[in-house]
Amino acid sequence: MTDAHAPETPVGVDRGTVAASAPVAGAEPLLLTQARSQWWDVWDQFRSHKGAMAGAVLFLLILAVVVFGPYIWPLDPTETAIRSRNQSLSWAHPLGTDQLGRDVFARMIQGGRVSLAVGLTAMGLSLVLGTLIGVLAGYFRRLDGPLMRLTDLFLALPLLPLLLVMVLLFREPLTAAFGIETGIFILIVSAIGITSWMQTARIVRGDVLALKEHEFVLAARSIGTPARRIVTRHVLPNVLSPIMVSATLGIATAIITESALSFLGLGFPPDFPTWGRLLNDGVPYLELYPGRAFWPGLAISLVVLSINYVGDGLRDALDPRIRGR
Amino acid sequence: MLTFTFRRLLTAIPTLLFISLVIFLLLDLAPGDPMAQMPLTVPDEVKARMREALGLGEPIHIRYWKWLVQFFWVEPLHLLDAMFGTGFAEGSQRILSWQTRSPVVDIVMQRMPQTLWVVGTAYVVAILIAIPVGIYSAYRQYSVFDQAGTFITMVGFSVPPFFSGVLVIIIFAAQLGWFPSIYDTRHVVDSWHDFGLQVRQMFLPVMVLALQITSQLSRFMRASMLDNLNQDYVRTARAKGLREKTVVLVHVLRNSMIPVVTVIALGVPSIFGGAIITEQVFKVNGIGQLLITAIQGNDLPMVQTLTFIFAVLIVLFNLIADVLYGMLDPRIRYD
Repeated sequence: MTDAHAPETPVGVDRGTVAASAPVAGAEPLLLTQARSQWWDVWDQFRSHKGAMAGAVLFLLILAVVVFGPYIWPLDPTETAIRSRNQSLSWAHPLGTDQLGRDVFARMIQGGRVSLAVGLTAMGLSLVLGTLIGVLAGYFRRLDGPLMRLTDLFLALPLLPLLLVMVLLFREPLTAAFGIETGIFILIVSAIGITSWMQTARIVRGDVLALKEHEFVLAARSIGTPARRIVTRHVLPNVLSPIMVSATLGIATAIITESALSFLGLGFPPDFPTWGRLLNDGVPYLELYPGRAFWPGLAISLVVLSINYVGDGLRDALDPRIRGR
Repeated sequence: MLTFTFRRLLTAIPTLLFISLVIFLLLDLAPGDPMAQMPLTVPDEVKARMREALGLGEPIHIRYWKWLVQFFWVEPLHLLDAMFGTGFAEGSQRILSWQTRSPVVDIVMQRMPQTLWVVGTAYVVAILIAIPVGIYSAYRQYSVFDQAGTFITMVGFSVPPFFSGVLVIIIFAAQLGWFPSIYDTRHVVDSWHDFGLQVRQMFLPVMVLALQITSQLSRFMRASMLDNLNQDYVRTARAKGLREKTVVLVHVLRNSMIPVVTVIALGVPSIFGGAIITEQVFKVNGIGQLLITAIQGNDLPMVQTLTFIFAVLIVLFNLIADVLYGMLDPRIRYD
């Protein structure tokens, strides 16, 4: 983040400047302008967005529960105990047990691990694809036309139906090749990633097109920097902020898409819980045990809500026009 | 403008052809075999002939061509015949569903009214709620109303329909018993009492869908109003003594509606296809439910035709949105 913004070193919010400009009796005012990374400004702005902070805390909390949960809550999510089935909330089973006597809390933790892992990996994949296509289309004029046509084409495809079809198609070969869990994980992650990179690509392309005309790119080119290095050293760091915003929103959409697939019965197999799958499993018992559908749904909604707030705050924080106001 | 529309229409044709090829090839890879359910006693040569009868024996490019002809030529002719009682398409092969062995388009036409009613109503309700909410929260930015509205739209944005649907079923159908949780398609409205029943069974799915659409639209409306409220022409309008109501509801609103109208147009294809999950939750037997059952039943002609219809709608409404944008905003000139 240096080249484009180098002249506009942070002004105003810098504590060093404020302290230095305060008149000290008898002494000459010392100018102690400390070099301050731009990321501190972003953090300051982000911190002032209450919703974003609440969202970040909530998301990290859920992430911590899901990651460290199995070590603290040692019940096996797949162990059935048919005598203690359909129990309501208790200390032994904080969220009760399901129709096979499995502990719902342990299943929620396990489901969360899968759902969040799918969300993060699929986001990563779609981000890599989107950034790659966006940078290529924006930087190399010859590739712009074909790549953007491709993007438009993907935007015109009916995505949910195609996702369903893709899952149906490649389920068998992939489970045969990698085993049932890894196979379906790969399948769902790549299906979501391949169908969700278009927005990132468009945003990145627009930014790269504008960035390409800056003097520092011209300077880099004039001293003979190869295109590959211009892209990695000068262009990519400067398109980082839109990429980060679409990354956060990408996690949210990926989690929702995975849950939707599981909800429609086309996601992970039944003994392999994810939040969407748990919600789907809970629906037949809706009238007797509404909690069983409620908890996974609540978990999905809370994660997506917190991520959306973080994305909102991040967008404000990374926008230099808003920052410092 | 006219030349632009024509040019866009012409470029839409190769796009659609390419999409149809992608859909066709993707589905052709499908592992499903319509002969899988046949008894093992059926001899192989009979199976091969049955396969041929389903149109599967031919090489792939011929099947693709036949499907294109059926979709773009035979089916529209059938539609004409059905409307005007003519006989253009007599004797020609239509696209048949593998599940029911009846023409796909007929089944789609049977399912269309349910989807249009439920999702269309939700769309209208959402527009009617979202626009005033967006206007007011932009006009009173950072007020309590705006903050609450932002929170609710965030929630509406984040809660997926398969959860909000289940939630309203728990609360309003299972616990309170106010509304039925299942949409009864055979319900015939011929009296006021039946009409009330129809409204009640539509209420929950419409609310769930409307919440989602409202959240997106009202955020758009608010952002667009905020962009316009600080413009110079607003100050001019106020300075020349126009009433506040005129300034906001005539000058600002008309300009802010431009992007919102295009967003509304872009969302129309979802009326036909996007409500897959909501239809599944409330057991509405519309288009989305048809697609799911077709996918589960390996009914390739049905899936092909439905996905392609969705694609046609998306391309068409993208085009409409572009043209609308050019017509509404004189600053944008395409040619």
